[in-house]
Amino acid sequence: MNLEGILAQATAMVVALVVAPLLTGWVNVCRAWLQGRSAPPLLQPFRALHKLFWKESVIAHGATPLFRLAPYVIFGCMLLASMIVPTLSTNLPLAPAADAIALVGLFALARVFISLAAMDIGTAFGSMGARREMLVGFLAEPAFLMVLFTASLLSDSTSLATIVTTLGHREFTILPSLALAGVAFVMVSLAENARVPVDNPATHLELTMIHEALVLEYSGRHLALLEWAAALKLFVYSCAGLALFFPWGVAQANHRTALALALPALIAKLAIGGFLLALIETVMAKMRIFRVPEFLATAFLLGVLALLVHQLLGA
Amino acid sequence: MIGSLLTIDAVLIVVAAWIVVGLAGIAAVRYPGFVAHGLFPLSAALSAALCGIALAALPGTPETAILAIGLPGLPFHLRLDALSSFFLFLVGIASAGISIFSAGYFRRGEGTPAGVMCMQYHVFLAAMAMVIVSDDAYAFMVCWESMALSSYFLVTTNHRIPEIQRAGYLYLLIAHIGAIAILLCFGVLQANTGDYTFANMRAQHLAPFWASCAFLLALFGFGAKAGVLPLHVWLPEAHPAAPSPVSALMSGVMLKTAIYGMLRVTFDLVSTPIWWWGVVALSLGLATAFFGVVFAAAQVDMKRLLAYSSIENIGLIVMAFGLAIVFRAYGMRSLAALAMTALLFHCINHALFKSLLFLGTGSVLHATNERSLGKLGGLMRFMPWVAWTALAGVIAAAGLPPSNGFASEWLLLQGFLFTGALPNPYLKMLVPLFAGGLVLVAALAAYVMVKFFGVIFLGRPREERLEQAQDAGRLERLGLAWLTAGCILLGLFPAAVIEAIDPIAFSLLGQGLAQGGRVGDWLMLAPVSAERASYSAPLVFALIVAIVLTTFLAVRRFYHGRVRRAAAWDCGTPFQTARMQDTAEGFGQPIRQIFEPFFRMRRELPSPADERPRYRVTIEDPMWAAIFVRIAAIIEWISGVVGTLQRGRISIYLLYSFVTLVALLLLTQA
Amino acid sequence: MGGYGTQIVNLFAATLLLIAFAMLAQRRIVALIHLFALQGLALVGSTVTVAWVTGQHHLYYSAAITFALKVVILPYILHRLIRRLNVKWDIETLLNIPTMMLVGIVLVVFAFNLAIPISEFSTSMARGTLGIALACVLLSFLMMITRSKAVPQVIGFLAMENGLFFAATSATYGMPMVVELGIALDVLVGMVILGVFLFQIREQFDSLDIRHLESLRDD
Repeated sequence: MNLEGILAQATAMVVALVVAPLLTGWVNVCRAWLQGRSAPPLLQPFRALHKLFWKESVIAHGATPLFRLAPYVIFGCMLLASMIVPTLSTNLPLAPAADAIALVGLFALARVFISLAAMDIGTAFGSMGARREMLVGFLAEPAFLMVLFTASLLSDSTSLATIVTTLGHREFTILPSLALAGVAFVMVSLAENARVPVDNPATHLELTMIHEALVLEYSGRHLALLEWAAALKLFVYSCAGLALFFPWGVAQANHRTALALALPALIAKLAIGGFLLALIETVMAKMRIFRVPEFLATAFLLGVLALLVHQLLGA
Repeated sequence: MIGSLLTIDAVLIVVAAWIVVGLAGIAAVRYPGFVAHGLFPLSAALSAALCGIALAALPGTPETAILAIGLPGLPFHLRLDALSSFFLFLVGIASAGISIFSAGYFRRGEGTPAGVMCMQYHVFLAAMAMVIVSDDAYAFMVCWESMALSSYFLVTTNHRIPEIQRAGYLYLLIAHIGAIAILLCFGVLQANTGDYTFANMRAQHLAPFWASCAFLLALFGFGAKAGVLPLHVWLPEAHPAAPSPVSALMSGVMLKTAIYGMLRVTFDLVSTPIWWWGVVALSLGLATAFFGVVFAAAQVDMKRLLAYSSIENIGLIVMAFGLAIVFRAYGMRSLAALAMTALLFHCINHALFKSLLFLGTGSVLHATNERSLGKLGGLMRFMPWVAWTALAGVIAAAGLPPSNGFASEWLLLQGFLFTGALPNPYLKMLVPLFAGGLVLVAALAAYVMVKFFGVIFLGRPREERLEQAQDAGRLERLGLAWLTAGCILLGLFPAAVIEAIDPIAFSLLGQGLAQGGRVGDWLMLAPVSAERASYSAPLVFALIVAIVLTTFLAVRRFYHGRVRRAAAWDCGTPFQTARMQDTAEGFGQPIRQIFEPFFRMRRELPSPADERPRYRVTIEDPMWAAIFVRIAAIIEWISGVVGTLQRGRISIYLLYSFVTLVALLLLTQA
Repeated sequence: MGGYGTQIVNLFAATLLLIAFAMLAQRRIVALIHLFALQGLALVGSTVTVAWVTGQHHLYYSAAITFALKVVILPYILHRLIRRLNVKWDIETLLNIPTMMLVGIVLVVFAFNLAIPISEFSTSMARGTLGIALACVLLSFLMMITRSKAVPQVIGFLAMENGLFFAATSATYGMPMVVELGIALDVLVGMVILGVFLFQIREQFDSLDIRHLESLRDD
């Protein structure tokens, strides 16, 4: 743990905190363009966070300390996840703290806390949101793990840094197992980040709510932390996807020049990814909640298939 | 005399002391206060002493002793090696917490007087400890039966309720079916030499056919006690019927003695497993785990939910067992050590967090007199101690970092990911599918635990009298705190635990995980190498806490920390009652819908013409109807047929004797 | 893994498997026909790649016939058929979709394991994909078994033939030209006969649900 490492880690953290709301803003801008509307400003999420932090936090009478603790814990989990995933460099000093399986575990921890906090107030919306969130999680988490297993069998390790290094250093080969895993990963990230076709992030109808129902009772700084955590989750998922499937451009060492080159590469890849996400959201319609388990079961089975194809073809 | 005291003698002293405490309970049956506040804490102290003794014995050499109890010429052979010490440690640490809790829990006897219960409890503990140190089949079976009988009496404590009687009967029946299988297994293992000591069984080299017979009998027999499919039907009946500390002891400790039995027979007495045994164990384990967790999601009684969750965890342990067998059969000893370490770690984790959860439900039951999830809710405000310790247990049971449940599941998944090195192509492709099933079960376990904690402790109280619920007493809090501390420490320092477990893998497999090097230091767990996989629980915990504190202070510094209390928003709905929350059936409905073919569901749907519309759904165990009811019908038919031999007339019976005499005379003449 | 050619063929093979699974789970018949056309396209692509890398020119002709038949003619016939029969949806299957997917995975494992020793005999550049071809055949068979309307069963039959063709290409560089032309003619004639048959079923029972065919007696 030398000075370079600490600087790299701090840079990664700051980049995550700044770029995550920017990514959400960019997706909203692209979606508005594609739908022919005039777009909100790119920095709108920052303004929203600033506004929410200034507002008073209104809490229901029956809320327990768990309700007030949960947003901090969830924000902590997501920030820790963004510090572990190789976004700019694979040589982060904190990366050995958690490997791919622990990353999925961190997401599960955040999911359990938000579900418990939603059930805390005791309204119908809260328990409905908790039930749906746990349903999506129970199928999406195994699918994500299957994708990570395929990647780890290819690189003989579950440490994210090693996976990125191995996959990035191969000469360009088309690996069908990774292709199948990529399709499964896209489906899982759509579900976990509460995007169309699984959940509508801009809805106000209870029939279509999952994420919105969970944060219904929060306001002020707690809501700000939860929105920031959701943006960080999208950022982490995008970076994980880029690290697994498009690992070129991530720095291998912590020199200042390598990091400086990695940042524009990351921004460019995220911009393209954000645009594709907005495209998917515009083109697809939201599914009925009863179809979501089938959607995610398909993702899980694609993950299993990717594993089997890897065992068969060695690729 | 003290100088020549072996560790195994210390263990026997603890066991004898337990029995003395039990007898004192009988003697003091008129003074329940003394039994509760004097004897149970003493028993807890003895359990803590057993922990220390077992820890000291873990890295040491195996010791033997001969106890001249029993029949003349058939003494008890006892042995304390690494595997036994580990399970003794498990018994000690779990029972310490449970005994302290029971000191505050057993008030006036509900059915059985507290003194009698004290004796049954301590005989149970002593029998479990003796099973673990037994070194011959005779001692093992005597102690196994004592364990079954004493736990039967404990289960039927409130014996005036007919359901509880029925549950106890079913428990005893299946325990004995298992015991017969275990006895037959020992019979096969002694290979016609007539010597039933384990030392003799170790020296035998059985043909593969007989070895497989022994393994399958052991799997069946010990599986009946552990709650493996399809002999699990007693678990969801017996655990809710028993008082909560007894459920905790049974679920946390007794199921593990069955796992001890499986490990002892397969890796010690038979010594070279065959690969397809592992596949059988893997499949059975996955089926059990899946079945347990799916049924747990559909339960409406909090103790039945925890019982099914125990079935799920036993399924996971049996899967680890199967994986260890597969690796060992192909000679990959270090990977087998990885799987076995994961197995043992999960055993102790489950003992701690399941006992914690059962004790929490005991407090809830005492405070509210309510077991059904549909009548609870919002108890976190009135019972904060129970709620926060139960939260620790729930996080561990759901397998979330940085808890101990996550650490053992992480280790097990690492074991599954090494299967690319297996030579058999069928297995190479099949075992990752088991890993997929494992993660599915783990994710569903999180769902079940959110349901459990959310419906009981969060939300609004579904009944008004819940607001009078009182938090747990002082001794109960001590028990809960002990188990919570165990969970947290084991979760934060998994590398230390794994290094302590290492001698067991070494003694059973010939190779440990550490391989001379270190598994990691106190900070990081890296079972093979840091490039391969690493996980640092203290770092994850410390970082999350650091970020939480920093964010809290930063927000207060740059913005403000004002809070206003108001009514819940609920999208502007003006009228909110507690009935508008999810019921237990409601929270489990998506799982019921997805896995409908597994349940035997009966639904009563309201029609528009009903004056008082009702919705009721009952879930039944399909195994019960498919297997046990059919077997019972066949047995009844057979006994009907045999019953025709009994006519009731004396001349017929005399005829039987006459015919037998004539046949014998003819035989001896020839 | 070997050069780019093998990788591209592997990629097409994975696409074929993906499409076979997607056909298992698909509810709408129009989408099924589109998937079938896509499968034909993947087949053409893989055949062309093998032909280009190994220089076997008769495979180009095979690819041309496949394109004409499976991407153009057969989907067109099927579209016309369903428009005249007026079937658009097939909601019910005999098993529910998650169970079918699970059985599908088991079949895939079985096919992969079967294929490993066989593919060691072959000298083709694409021999690793024999398992995938076998899996496609089995999955299409499963689709035929578990559907309750007649048109998806026909599509399943055609998809099975796709799988066999892929197996032939991957293991032995295609079949002799005569055999291929014969098979292609068989399939075409089979389609015509099946089309007539479907009309008869519809006339008799007023629906294409095959469960109506189960009542063997006249009541």
